[in-house]
Amino acid sequence: MRVFIVFAAGLLFGLGLTVSAMIDPAKVLAFLDIAGDWDSSLAVVMACAIPVAAIGFRWGPRRGAPPAGQCGGWGIDARLVAGAVLFGVGWGLAGYCPGPGLVALGLGRPGSGLFVASILGGMALFELLGVRRAQRRHAG
Amino acid sequence: MPVEQFTPGSAAVGGVLIGSSVALLWLAAGRIAGISGILGDLLNPGGEDVVWRVAFLAGMIAAPWLYQLAGSVPPGGGPVVGSVLLAVAGGLVGFGTRLGNGCTSGHGVCGIARWSPRSLVATALFMVTAAGTVFVVRHVVGG
Repeated sequence: MRVFIVFAAGLLFGLGLTVSAMIDPAKVLAFLDIAGDWDSSLAVVMACAIPVAAIGFRWGPRRGAPPAGQCGGWGIDARLVAGAVLFGVGWGLAGYCPGPGLVALGLGRPGSGLFVASILGGMALFELLGVRRAQRRHAG
Repeated sequence: MPVEQFTPGSAAVGGVLIGSSVALLWLAAGRIAGISGILGDLLNPGGEDVVWRVAFLAGMIAAPWLYQLAGSVPPGGGPVVGSVLLAVAGGLVGFGTRLGNGCTSGHGVCGIARWSPRSLVATALFMVTAAGTVFVVRHVVGG
């Protein structure tokens, strides 16, 4: 039963990205292009997603305890900074982050297979380099 | 490059759907809906809970089909860059999200909703870096 709820959650996430057109890299890049014809739609998506998510976290189980899979346990370190910067460069180059890449893959959009494969390649390289420390879970 | 239109209505609906997904995954399974983490931990030999990870990702991949079944055409098109750049971007996204433990969903939505200082910093950094990258590509190199 729980697996169907998780599947439904994945459906909701993918539908949200589709409805809001965040699966369109041109639209994402238009948000990131603050010196161009700026489209603030992505900010609206986040501004609406965050309060709804916050309600869920507030009502959810294990309130107050460090939740499984959450990254908040560590400090703001060089690793976090370097990772965010590398991700930002990749996001800015193509206009795709992991979620929209997966939904685009579901649609069979051109290039989506290459993009998702490259994400997996980058992740595999990270694992191979052994940069990973003891933590096995994170915010993702 | 076509002029993009600001679409606050669909953005708001989509945002509420995404937030609902995050809340549902947390309430039903006690998990954070961070896409790069859900995906990346499948590659980790010690990774746990393969079933729920695959179920969530399968839902995401199936979502646009449901959208089409409802009679709508998913908005937008394919990539706006060539294959080489797309592959480089994917590699950076994959490596960077593992190093920084999160992407737009994990840090940008879940982390901020939990008021995590790490996620606030990460989100600010990847937003600024991505905007800077677009600026360089479009207005310095491509200007």
